[in-house]
Amino acid sequence: MRKNGVKMIKIKAKDVDVFYGKKQALFNISLDIEENQVTALIGPSGCGKSTFLRCINRMNDVIDICSVKGEILINDFNINDKSCDVVRLREKIGMVFQKPNPFPKTLYENVSYGPTIHGMAQSKQEMDEIVETSLKKAALWEEVKDRLHEPGTGLSGGQQQRLCIARAISVKPEVILMDEPCSALDPIATAQIEELIDELKKEHTIIIVTHSMAQAARVSQNTGFFHLGQLIEHGSTDKIFKNPDNKKTQDYITGRFG
Amino acid sequence: MNLILFTFIVLLGFTSYYFGRKKAYTIQSTKKRLTALPQFYGYYLAIWCAIPAFIIFSLWAIFEPTIVKLLILSDYSNQGYLDDELNLLYEKSKALSRGQFTGEITPFIEASAEKYLSLRSIAQSSKVVIVLSAIIASVAYAYKRISSNSRTREPVEKFLNAVLFTASLAAILTTVGIVFSLIFQTIDFFKVIPLFDFVFGTHWYPAKAFVRDSSEALDPTMYSDTFGAVPIFAGTFFIAFIAMCVAIPIGLMSGIYLAEYASTKVRQYAKPLIEILAGIPTVVYGFFAALTVGPFLKELGTSMGLEVSAESALAAGGVMGIMIIPFISSLSDDVITSVPQSLRDGSYAMGATKSETIKRVIFPAALPGIVGSILLGVSRAIGETMIVVMASGLAANLTLNPLESTSTITAQIVVILIGDQAFGDPKTQAAFALGMSLFLVTLCLNIVALRVVKKYREKYE
Repeated sequence: MRKNGVKMIKIKAKDVDVFYGKKQALFNISLDIEENQVTALIGPSGCGKSTFLRCINRMNDVIDICSVKGEILINDFNINDKSCDVVRLREKIGMVFQKPNPFPKTLYENVSYGPTIHGMAQSKQEMDEIVETSLKKAALWEEVKDRLHEPGTGLSGGQQQRLCIARAISVKPEVILMDEPCSALDPIATAQIEELIDELKKEHTIIIVTHSMAQAARVSQNTGFFHLGQLIEHGSTDKIFKNPDNKKTQDYITGRFG
Repeated sequence: MNLILFTFIVLLGFTSYYFGRKKAYTIQSTKKRLTALPQFYGYYLAIWCAIPAFIIFSLWAIFEPTIVKLLILSDYSNQGYLDDELNLLYEKSKALSRGQFTGEITPFIEASAEKYLSLRSIAQSSKVVIVLSAIIASVAYAYKRISSNSRTREPVEKFLNAVLFTASLAAILTTVGIVFSLIFQTIDFFKVIPLFDFVFGTHWYPAKAFVRDSSEALDPTMYSDTFGAVPIFAGTFFIAFIAMCVAIPIGLMSGIYLAEYASTKVRQYAKPLIEILAGIPTVVYGFFAALTVGPFLKELGTSMGLEVSAESALAAGGVMGIMIIPFISSLSDDVITSVPQSLRDGSYAMGATKSETIKRVIFPAALPGIVGSILLGVSRAIGETMIVVMASGLAANLTLNPLESTSTITAQIVVILIGDQAFGDPKTQAAFALGMSLFLVTLCLNIVALRVVKKYREKYE
């Protein structure tokens, strides 16, 4: 989004290095993410794009041997700083995973999970409202409103993924990270999710890791190309796909390697 | 002799395997395509060696003693002996032939013993001859049949199938046999002791049944108030309850710690250490309970002004609980670890802390397995014998005071069956009745466990 023609930067990564034990997975990544836009991260498997994504909500903390260096500023606050509260951070930054991972609970409990642990609803009514709006935003409400108290694992793959999106947006995050959200879905479910992403960017900043260049071209405004742990090139999706500066980017996009 | 023969047959089996394979290689070398790998031809011949040997051996084992006995006793026929006396004569001559006879040796018995020996040796040598010739014939037949297009893989697979089937059949038949022997003895028991007295009677005092003179006729009235099982059922469940009060919290919490909190290094050492607990023989737990925990509790209680028996339900139950910890801890650790990482990631990504994730996501997902592990622990507690015998006494008190001594079903079975027993006596049959009820209780527990697990499966998968 531009205000008076100026890009609003939501996330600013500065010189991010990531190590798994002694092996370095990311080298010196510096990347600005625009607010209320969709940024796609593309690149061959194992290039570090998912690792970078997991730096943004500090999910790499879960992995014992993983260490992150450098600064990631969100709203000008360094989330790698010791004073950063991970619980608050993850409340602001939602995440959707590659494989739909609804909890083994009812649909309602799945969506109300975040609001419950962050104490966002004072009454049952408020919670009902949050669940309803989240499911509506995730374009799932019409399909499931009569079976909110059935297990979330009983849905189809595409529905499960939209349930996970509903779960992620239930706490009104500013940023949503999506790690190949459509790779386990069929084309119809993929189209639904892509439509949804377009809708969601009005209220959220979205970063999506994807293997499908067509998807990156369809949904994103900005694109970053990763290769072997380095950010080769980033810029507007138009430019990256039509007129990239770097030879490697061009080769990857035209399918000559990767 | 049998051992030598057996070894020889095994060697024959290997040889026929070798020849079968060799013939297959020979066929292969003539550029003909075989229908199976060469070793299948080997296995095929080995099976042709094993089957006749097995059949003849089993026939011999079944019929040899009967036939020998018939032949020996035919000398005594028409001499007016009773069946029992004939049996006795046969056993006497058998014992004499082994040089273990201590009674008076009569010429008749001596003759029979000699005849027994000669018959046995004839049987032995004819067995050797028959087995070996049968094997050689069948292997030779099979060897001839082997050609490039003969089928060997299917018969070998079928044979393996049959062997595996027999193994599982043996296990099932044993179970069925045990259950039926329990059932029949139990029915006999309830012919003398009314079912009502057993199930609702509150006095368990089998020692009273010990004083019966076996030559007297059975008088059911003397057993009234002897076999009332309520106290020992109550004791069983009470001690199991105490044990589970110790085992569930500690086991579950250590399982959660190992699965979720412990670093790889700690887990690597802690898990085997906890599993060692499961390897300690229950007798050791038993004297630990009887000699250390019991007296300690008694002293502790006395210092607080409580009356504590040296053999108390608390000591037995507590130590039993410690014994069960590793089962619950190790199983629930496995179950929790097998909850997919994606669920944890999903929860952490929502901003949940570790304990919230465990409480709200992992624990519910792992619940069926955890319930299963707990019910397994309960079955162990109910079936545990040694600790109770040693630490909680043998007197079947009907009490709910953990500081008094009480007894369990298993401990009472021990009491009943130690020392001399008479079959067909209600005292002995009481053990079968108890065993039967124990079996029913654990069976119900297992069924409930399966149900619970299934119910949650449906809900969560």
